[in-house]
Amino acid sequence: MKIDRRLITNFDWVVLCTVLFITVVGIMTIFSATRPLIGGEQPSFYIKQIYWLFIGLVALALVVSVDYIWLSRTSHIVYAVGLLLLLAVLILGRIGLGAQRWINIGPFSFQPSELFKLCFILMLSRYMSMIHGTMSIRNILIAFFAFVFLPLLLLLKQPDLGTAVILLLIFVLMVLAKGVGRKVITLAVIIALISVPFVGNIIWDELKDYQKKRLLAFVQPDIDPEGVSYHINQSKVAIGSGGAFGKGYLKGTQGPFRFLPEKHTDFVFSVFAEEWGFIGSLFLLAVYLILILRGLDTAKRAKDEFGRLLSLGITFMFLVYCFVNIGMTIGLMPVVGIPLPFMSYGGTALVTNFIAAGILINIRARRFELFY
Amino acid sequence: MKTNGSERIRVIAFATVLLFLVLTVRLLQLQVLQGEKFKRLSNENRLRIEKVPAPRGIIYDRNGIPLVKNSPYYCVSLLPEMLKKTDLNAIAKFLNIDAEELNRKIENRKPFEPIKLKGGLSFKEVAFIEARLSDYPALIIDVEETRHYLYGKVGAHLIGYLGKLNPSQAKRPDFKDIPREAFIGQWGVEKLFDKTLRGIPGKRVIEVDALGRQLRLLHEEPPVKGDDLYLSIDINLQKAAEEAFGRRTGALVALKPSTGEILSLVSRPSFDPNLFARGISYTDWLRLIRSRKAPMLNRALQSQYPPGSTFKLITAIAALEKEVIKPETTFNCTGGISHGRWSFGCWKPGGHGTLSLYRAITESCDVYFYLAGKEAGINSIAEYARQFGLGEETGIRLVKEKTGLIPDKAWKKRVKNEPWYLGETYNASIGQGYVLTTPAQLAMMISAISNGGYIYEPRLTRIESPVEPVRKVKVKKETLDIIKDALRGVVADEHGTGYAARSTVVDIGGKTGTAQVISAKRRQQVPEALRDHAWFVAFAPVENPEIALVVFVEHGGHGSETAAPIAKKAIEAYLSPKENKSEDR
Repeated sequence: MKIDRRLITNFDWVVLCTVLFITVVGIMTIFSATRPLIGGEQPSFYIKQIYWLFIGLVALALVVSVDYIWLSRTSHIVYAVGLLLLLAVLILGRIGLGAQRWINIGPFSFQPSELFKLCFILMLSRYMSMIHGTMSIRNILIAFFAFVFLPLLLLLKQPDLGTAVILLLIFVLMVLAKGVGRKVITLAVIIALISVPFVGNIIWDELKDYQKKRLLAFVQPDIDPEGVSYHINQSKVAIGSGGAFGKGYLKGTQGPFRFLPEKHTDFVFSVFAEEWGFIGSLFLLAVYLILILRGLDTAKRAKDEFGRLLSLGITFMFLVYCFVNIGMTIGLMPVVGIPLPFMSYGGTALVTNFIAAGILINIRARRFELFY
Repeated sequence: MKTNGSERIRVIAFATVLLFLVLTVRLLQLQVLQGEKFKRLSNENRLRIEKVPAPRGIIYDRNGIPLVKNSPYYCVSLLPEMLKKTDLNAIAKFLNIDAEELNRKIENRKPFEPIKLKGGLSFKEVAFIEARLSDYPALIIDVEETRHYLYGKVGAHLIGYLGKLNPSQAKRPDFKDIPREAFIGQWGVEKLFDKTLRGIPGKRVIEVDALGRQLRLLHEEPPVKGDDLYLSIDINLQKAAEEAFGRRTGALVALKPSTGEILSLVSRPSFDPNLFARGISYTDWLRLIRSRKAPMLNRALQSQYPPGSTFKLITAIAALEKEVIKPETTFNCTGGISHGRWSFGCWKPGGHGTLSLYRAITESCDVYFYLAGKEAGINSIAEYARQFGLGEETGIRLVKEKTGLIPDKAWKKRVKNEPWYLGETYNASIGQGYVLTTPAQLAMMISAISNGGYIYEPRLTRIESPVEPVRKVKVKKETLDIIKDALRGVVADEHGTGYAARSTVVDIGGKTGTAQVISAKRRQQVPEALRDHAWFVAFAPVENPEIALVVFVEHGGHGSETAAPIAKKAIEAYLSPKENKSEDR
């Protein structure tokens, strides 16, 4: 396959630069968060993340080089493979943090749910792109039961409540973005109002203890400062103690002193905010905002409905992950244990996100016409 | 449709900016508005302030002999943060402790505090555990200080013991700076002079991680050792006195007549304060408080009995001072007198015949004092008794004292709403009936009689310069000289009731007494539990007394048999030259 010249002239450097910037900041923060305090060896997390960054860049380059139409054509297969991986995790997955989320392949731990979210968006985009006009109730129900229900079930079984809720959220956002009639909205509001107490109870009963505790702790963070709400409180202490200008790089204490749990994964933003303060946090938020707005712009300019929906889906994914994760670290959201895109330590998520960024670049580069 | 789509995207972009604005506002609130608060919390997280207990002051006797010492106490504890990663069964096995007890300790733990698993480790055990600590990272070995009472049971009631700060004390402001786990004085001198002995705890500011592991020492204020304390007691006297009691129960209080210093304070049976040094076990405590012989009762201050014939000194002083008798006044003792349908016997069934005050005291004639008391009247007897400190607290604050009881007409009217009868004066004149005194009160009395009538505040610590008496009893010097002369006769004369206290070393004055338990005549044949209590008050040397004391023996029969020999041994132990006395000061 030869690479067209226009692919380079239309290459979206904004997405690549923001994503690279965030990843490098992430690696620096992972280094700081995991640094040993007295003597001892620096844990290799940051090195592994650098490897993953290069793998991600290669994946991005590959994704950019193929026309995204090809993604549309293979979306069924990709989705099926994603589902199989989710199933496999249930069977092979090892126990970790009270949930089965990994598959071990040689020395690597592979987290299918991270990859699946992209397969899911791809499939939904493909399906919705074939619908003309707004979505009817029938369309929504078909989409839900054909593509959302089963993965939701598998994810809840893991249980990975965070990813399940976020997939559902992405689905709803994509449906809304695709457009729905007034009838659907009215119906949805009525059903929602009626079912909330029942569904609430059913979900509550199905939750594991640690999940219930996290929700309770979110509602009332002061009930037991040493127990459930420990995560939230320590995260707030980390972020708040950063003050306006931060404690300085490698000067944070909450992470390396182990007061913050999951300091290099789910709570990496807390470590960053402690060291860089309000100014640094604001800057990082701005970079994320640029990435998301750029994604929306790509969607607006996409040459076809599939490209539009796919870039919207990916942008929603970034937005939802970003908001829920940072919202969690500052006590606006319950602790759901999802990573911050490009920042958190984790290979599968990083590579997936680089592929997603690659798709955005791809759609933007090919926005005018077919290359062949 | 296309315009519709881009319109929607614009809405989404707007919503996105709004969401980011929410995050920004929240960050502004946490980092800028509440930044200082969280900075403080972050430092509190990271910094642990440890209070370092101060070495406790040493307690010495009046001659500088140490009575206590501080020894290291090794304790192995479990870091609660490591609980989840720790195999408790392995630890229970390793330390050879009961797994159930271990679980109970973990359940009752306080947050963030190491859980004490085993204390009082020997050096061998410490070495054994330390060598294997790398296998058990949750364990730490602490060294603390513990109090060792060198003389064990000797003087335990006076020296006291340490105990953990109890919850009600922890709330009081004077214990604010005491580390929660610290031991403070809870009994005796250890409690009374706790502030002196305690010292000022030091402080260590340590940087810790969330596992409680110490990373760096940032700041240290060393503790200030507590002040040493020199007690008024003479430990050799104390030891001799306690040994003299043998298995008998009772009390001894010895004072220095010229200062009021307490030379010895014995309450038998005693207890071992070393049991309390690291917190007494529940079973040991039950054994102590349930014991029939009540070892925790301070008999010197908390038991009150009729003073018996020792009270005749008060009757004699009252009668002399009120000039109803003269030393030469004689009465005829025929073995008893009768009053209405009651008869009041003398302890000597055949009677003493005609005798004057001197012989009445030395031979302890009851009839003489019935009549002298009758002449003086109960109110005069009570007046002089109170002047000598009877019927009121002595002010030795070791425990809550009993006050004793000195009855008079007003008391009878107030309490019983009855007039005073002459028969009751007879009883009171020989220290029976309503009259009650504690051993400490009689010690105050005999001290004042021996020193010319001066009442000193009783002191537990050695005085470094002469002290002023609290008051002087309103008794003429000649009166006291007459009494003292007779008291010398009690011990020195062949017919004296205190003959058993006669010493070849020193000239002793004293008076026996018997507190009736039952009014049976033949006391020798009753079982020990019903036998009378024996008293002996004494001082020595008679001229310029250096020690005044009281001996009280529960169920000891007559004072001359059991109490007087104990007094003699105690006095000799104090006054005879000792080898170790010179080397200690």
